[in-house]
Amino acid sequence: MTSLRMMIVGAFMGLLLLPTLALAVAVDENPLADPALEQQVQDISKTLRCLVCQNQSIEDSNSDLAKDLRNVVRERVAAGDNGDQVRAYMVDRYGEWVLMSPPVSQRTYVLWLGPLALVLVGLFAIIVMMRRRAADGTQIDIALSDEDKARAKALLKGNDE
Amino acid sequence: MSEQNSVWRARLTRFVPLAVFALLASALYVGLSLNPKEIPSALIDKPVPQFDLPALVGRDADSGLSTADLHTGDLAIVNVWASWCVPCRVEHPLLKRLAAQSGVPVHGLNYKDRPDNARAFLDELGDPFVRVGVDASGRAGIDWGVYGVPETFIISGEGTILHKHIGPLTDQAIDSILLPFLAEAQGK
Repeated sequence: MTSLRMMIVGAFMGLLLLPTLALAVAVDENPLADPALEQQVQDISKTLRCLVCQNQSIEDSNSDLAKDLRNVVRERVAAGDNGDQVRAYMVDRYGEWVLMSPPVSQRTYVLWLGPLALVLVGLFAIIVMMRRRAADGTQIDIALSDEDKARAKALLKGNDE
Repeated sequence: MSEQNSVWRARLTRFVPLAVFALLASALYVGLSLNPKEIPSALIDKPVPQFDLPALVGRDADSGLSTADLHTGDLAIVNVWASWCVPCRVEHPLLKRLAAQSGVPVHGLNYKDRPDNARAFLDELGDPFVRVGVDASGRAGIDWGVYGVPETFIISGEGTILHKHIGPLTDQAIDSILLPFLAEAQGK
């Protein structure tokens, strides 16, 4: 009984240790001495996509390449580059693919404006359908034959009197 | 007249969901069959980056690889490899075949490797390379836009990157893409 409990506690402790292990992989990088610059490095790294573990930023990824790229970001920031300059440096080498958020350009209009266009198309369809439905209501009156109209008039008159 | 129109309209609107579905299905069919691991190179038609890598110590042909080595006026192939990279091992015989059949010099960019391991790799599997540059830090690799080994570049005589093959070479890629590409580039 106690040994089972020990095992459960042990497994739980092991789980608690996991995040520290993950951190341990990344220690052979040297953060910049200036905390403000290092913060800038982290902010920039978050906007750059890791090429190995796709859909993770190089800040989140533990792959060797992400580590190397973080060091390149450090180097550029230490040399006085701002975020846009560092991103341009990476785009020169890896293409716009490395940007977590693709820039609005002729090639990405569909990407950025597509959803908006779909919403507009949907709204348009709803408006057209509602109009048509309203129009259909009046069309029933118009579609009446003369005979029907006369009957309707007679009925209405009859009710009025 | 208008009655007939509305009948036709009703018949056509019945197919709208089907059309939307067909559009979505074909978009997904194309989108999902793309390989997300293949990121198109940003360096195609650009000059090779500035780099100057030392030779692999103890290799017979004791020559490194630099930007100037890729401005010889003749086509060249640059293969990024490492001894720790398993697909490189698989690819190696094909790289030798590519070198032999195309007659184009193949240079090696030894990426983040240990020199003794790299030498052992070449001793065991053969050495198709004219020049080998050692990129111990991986920094030149980044300038080349390398994100996974192996990668194979075709360079023009003027030092322009013409083509990039991502991942290990295959018989099919050599016969249907690389050899015809090299033949055409040589003809120019």
